[in-house]
Amino acid sequence: MARIGVFICHCGTNIAATVDVEAVAAAAREFPNVAFATTYKYMCSEPGQAMIKESIEDYNLDRIVIASCSPRMHELTFRKMLKGTKINPYMLEIANIREQCAWVHTDRAKATEKAIDHVKMAVAKVGKDKPLTTSTIPITKRALVIGGGIAGIQAALDIADAGFDVTIVEKEPSIGGHMVMLDKTFPTMDCSACISTPKMVDAGAHPNITLKTSCEVEKVEGYVGNFEVTIKEKAKYVNHDLCTGCGLCQTKCPTKVPSEFNQGIGTRPAIYIPFAQAVPSKPVIDPTCCLKLTKDKCGICEKVCPLQAINYKDETKYTTEKYGAIVVATGYELVDWAKMYPEYGGGKYADVITGLQFERLVNASGPTEGHIVRPSDGKEPKDVVIVKCVGSRDQNKGKSYCSRACCMYSAKHAHQILDKIPGSNVYIFYMDVRTPGKGYEEFYDNTRADGAQYIRGRVSKIFKEGDKLICKGEDTLLGKQVTVEADMVILATAMEPAANIADVAGKLGISIDSDRWVTEAHPKLRPVETQTGGVFLCGTCQGPKDIPDTVAQAGAAAAKVMALLNHDEMETSPMISSVDQTKCSGCGYCVEVCPYKAISLIQVPGRDGNRKVTKTVADVNSGLCQGCGCCAATCRTGCIDLKGYTNEQILKEVDALCQ
Amino acid sequence: MKKFAYFPGCSMDSTAVTYKASLEYVAGRIGLELKEIPDWNCCGSTAAHTKNEKLAYSLAARNIAIAEDTYPDLDIVTPCAACYSRLAYAKHAAEDEFTRQEIERIIKRPFKGKKEILNFLDVFSQEDVMQACKENMVRDLSGLKIACYYGCLMSRPRKITKAEDIENPMQMDKIIELTGATAVEWDFKTECCGASHQVDAPRQSRPLIERIFRNAKANGAQAIVTACPLCNMNLDMREKEINEMFSKKYDIPVFQFTEILAIGMGAGAKTSGIHQHFWPAFDLINGVLRANFGKAGK
Amino acid sequence: MEKILNRKEGKLLAERIAREADVKLHECYQCGKCSAGCPMADAMDLMPRQIVHLMQLGDMTEVMKSKSIWLCASCHTCVERCPHSIDIPTLMEKSRMEAQRRGICAVRDVRLFNDIFMETVRGFGKSQEVILEGAYNVTSGHFFQDMKNVPKMLQKEIVRPELNQVNAVNEVRDIMKECEKGGANR
Repeated sequence: MARIGVFICHCGTNIAATVDVEAVAAAAREFPNVAFATTYKYMCSEPGQAMIKESIEDYNLDRIVIASCSPRMHELTFRKMLKGTKINPYMLEIANIREQCAWVHTDRAKATEKAIDHVKMAVAKVGKDKPLTTSTIPITKRALVIGGGIAGIQAALDIADAGFDVTIVEKEPSIGGHMVMLDKTFPTMDCSACISTPKMVDAGAHPNITLKTSCEVEKVEGYVGNFEVTIKEKAKYVNHDLCTGCGLCQTKCPTKVPSEFNQGIGTRPAIYIPFAQAVPSKPVIDPTCCLKLTKDKCGICEKVCPLQAINYKDETKYTTEKYGAIVVATGYELVDWAKMYPEYGGGKYADVITGLQFERLVNASGPTEGHIVRPSDGKEPKDVVIVKCVGSRDQNKGKSYCSRACCMYSAKHAHQILDKIPGSNVYIFYMDVRTPGKGYEEFYDNTRADGAQYIRGRVSKIFKEGDKLICKGEDTLLGKQVTVEADMVILATAMEPAANIADVAGKLGISIDSDRWVTEAHPKLRPVETQTGGVFLCGTCQGPKDIPDTVAQAGAAAAKVMALLNHDEMETSPMISSVDQTKCSGCGYCVEVCPYKAISLIQVPGRDGNRKVTKTVADVNSGLCQGCGCCAATCRTGCIDLKGYTNEQILKEVDALCQ
Repeated sequence: MKKFAYFPGCSMDSTAVTYKASLEYVAGRIGLELKEIPDWNCCGSTAAHTKNEKLAYSLAARNIAIAEDTYPDLDIVTPCAACYSRLAYAKHAAEDEFTRQEIERIIKRPFKGKKEILNFLDVFSQEDVMQACKENMVRDLSGLKIACYYGCLMSRPRKITKAEDIENPMQMDKIIELTGATAVEWDFKTECCGASHQVDAPRQSRPLIERIFRNAKANGAQAIVTACPLCNMNLDMREKEINEMFSKKYDIPVFQFTEILAIGMGAGAKTSGIHQHFWPAFDLINGVLRANFGKAGK
Repeated sequence: MEKILNRKEGKLLAERIAREADVKLHECYQCGKCSAGCPMADAMDLMPRQIVHLMQLGDMTEVMKSKSIWLCASCHTCVERCPHSIDIPTLMEKSRMEAQRRGICAVRDVRLFNDIFMETVRGFGKSQEVILEGAYNVTSGHFFQDMKNVPKMLQKEIVRPELNQVNAVNEVRDIMKECEKGGANR
């Protein structure tokens, strides 16, 4: 006979204000097999836990129900508590009478009634609980970082410094990401390349770090501690083992296409090292524009290369490696504003540029050697308009979020223009100025002191008349239409996740939100973990953020990875599905619905009457199973049970409710 | 070649003489059959929807209802942007079953509201119509730089017009380029010309016209081409006044796109209607034609 | 005059108009893109943005007193560029109808023109540009407006003296009568 204890939490007034907890306890005492029921102000507190432990001894309880907050909040707390008692940690049920009851109701009588029902169901279920034990799996002590921007580099360096092997997979020919494109960084105005290139070099030279540039993740199999990842290496057409990076090839290449690194301002050859400080500092050939590869002409680079490192027959290669943890750091892209904003000229005006293009313009190693000039005619602009929130906070264009960094970099751009071009004027059209960071508000103050004119209002239209770009806005503080005849316009365009994020997320089995940002396991308490064990995230793949936040998050993700890799083996949750293979018909429906690819069909010996036969049955990989229960719900013969949530237990709950 | 139920709208029978003449000419040349909706009435224009929503739907719906009855298989086409907008609004309103029944009750006719409502840019930008126009071109207007002015109501609101690009539409640009003329890139294709307020609030709405001429000129246009009787009259009739009012010297004739097509197809000044403009248009066209004729002669 | 915000006399009306226009007033965050692109804004006493803001505050009195609701050209530039697609032209239009019902009209000429326009439609079933202009000029007192164009119109046969009329003009009149039942403008 089970001896059940029921513990009802007040949660201060969170529950007690809406639910008559004493009435719930009184009702619980009447339920079958309940040996003891009581209430307490904070069950999760030290004295609360001590009281439960004492009651277990005093009333000889063999299982307990705690009616409190969501199991997501404290189920683990109470399981840990049970570890020190005679009761198995899984002989525990939580009745969620806070989120699912007290918080969503106002009528005290009805809420109490509902809370009693919750407890009744939990009591019915706990009666069928069975002790469960955890098992362990070994851990591969290597980490994979997807994305070689500042987030990925920082995470990789931290993990590598802790003594673990790390691989960085970067789709571009060099690591560095967006940060290395920037000129100066707010609010301290230190040179972005000066602070990020040493980190790139460190990553390239670190004995524990392997760089895989021009690479993408092709396939991910396995589970936390034991991922098997197939990496696709795009053809570089240059043997990097032979190449010394002398750069002769790129000076001789006759092809010129817009440079990605310089955001289309300026050109690069078909065989190119993306930028001077690239890591690795070795060229690749762009097969989409190389004359040899597209038309079988030219071949100059092969002729001039002193080391015969050019290989036009290079092909895509695939390698598979094992990792214990994965960090997603795929970063952001800027939205294609030209498609979204025909009212801003839709990209037909060369002098309407993005903030990132401005970074290249103002950068001493950029295409204009740091001279701020108009891309159209090379003239120095005198009147510059900066338009904020282009794409951001614009539901009509599909992005309703704030991109967070634009207010600050726009202030920085204004400061740089006013500093570098004497007599220039900068007009910043804004809706709100958001400066939530250390030293940010001061920076904004200084920009206004520099002479930047802030105008509150969104620009409605940018058009050209003669040499000028006419920007029409409303000064909403004046309530009047205003016009600026500008020489150049900088758009603070919205960030959006990398184009292929949905693809990457799909391969990793992690979720993305409606704006395609990667979803964290808990927005506050598990900010660098994903829903999938062993997959972590950092940087702008999770949402728009600036460099300090990105670097902090990368460090946090690295710490999580280290905590995982520091163990030789790890405990797995015992609440996974199990197949009664004697009843299994081998239909394979469960294999199809399993989102974690944890079920496979295997051959086992069986009997047909007296005859020995081989039959096909489902088999669960306990390392992969995440306990979602899809298989149990799908199983036609009812031979799959989710431990801790067996069919019998669910039915007992339903019975209890319907009685 | 193609048949449409045709809703001319009030202006076609009065001020839009050049549009009417040139449209009829071009339609005849390419075999476009326009079946006028019998005993049609005013669509209600701006005034009706300013005063009374139901009235605005109902006046327009009566015409659609008659077309549904008389020409069950034909789509409706109208030359006027305002009529187009009002008819399309009535069709949109009919998507709500309650409103549709209410309209039927008011107009005392069956009204389904399923017919396609088109303007002439929709029709002329259809591939086969474009092809037919191309085949009928006998003159070359190369060198003529045109700013195509679409106005508000054929573009906005998007939920009514279903327009692809409301800031920079290209339908008319492609049509007039069939004549060899060049459609210039400019930025006021769909900016309002204020036609609805030019009579009752002239002081406030005249500047709307001026800025259209200004941007057309700034982008090198020699002429503006419209696809609506109201837009056309508003710009053409008031150009002189605008020049006086704003001390400008705009010399930009305003055509209907059908006039340009008619000229390309060989119509004389009288047939195409260019002698009936307020702002002289003949010299510009004559000059272009002469220049090209000379070239061809060499 | 000082505005006392907690006396929300026009709140119900503002909410009803917003509901009918399918607008969620709270979505407007006053960026001003509507007013920046509005072709008539220069002539308006209240920016389109301010009309929305007053409706957020529940101050329909000020909205209905404004010239702006009469000067809106319904060009829909604002709604298409609005980050929240707020249908300002419909808010303007419905506010205008409410103002008319209460006999408020800040721009007399606009109302006059619309009235005369509709009367010519009632008379003939079609609008008559010549009669319209003439009647408007006489009633509004702007006798010579656009008159210098008339000789040219006649000379170039742009307008002709005959009238266009719907045969079944009674049908049109019945429609108008039916729609005007229960208050002229509801």
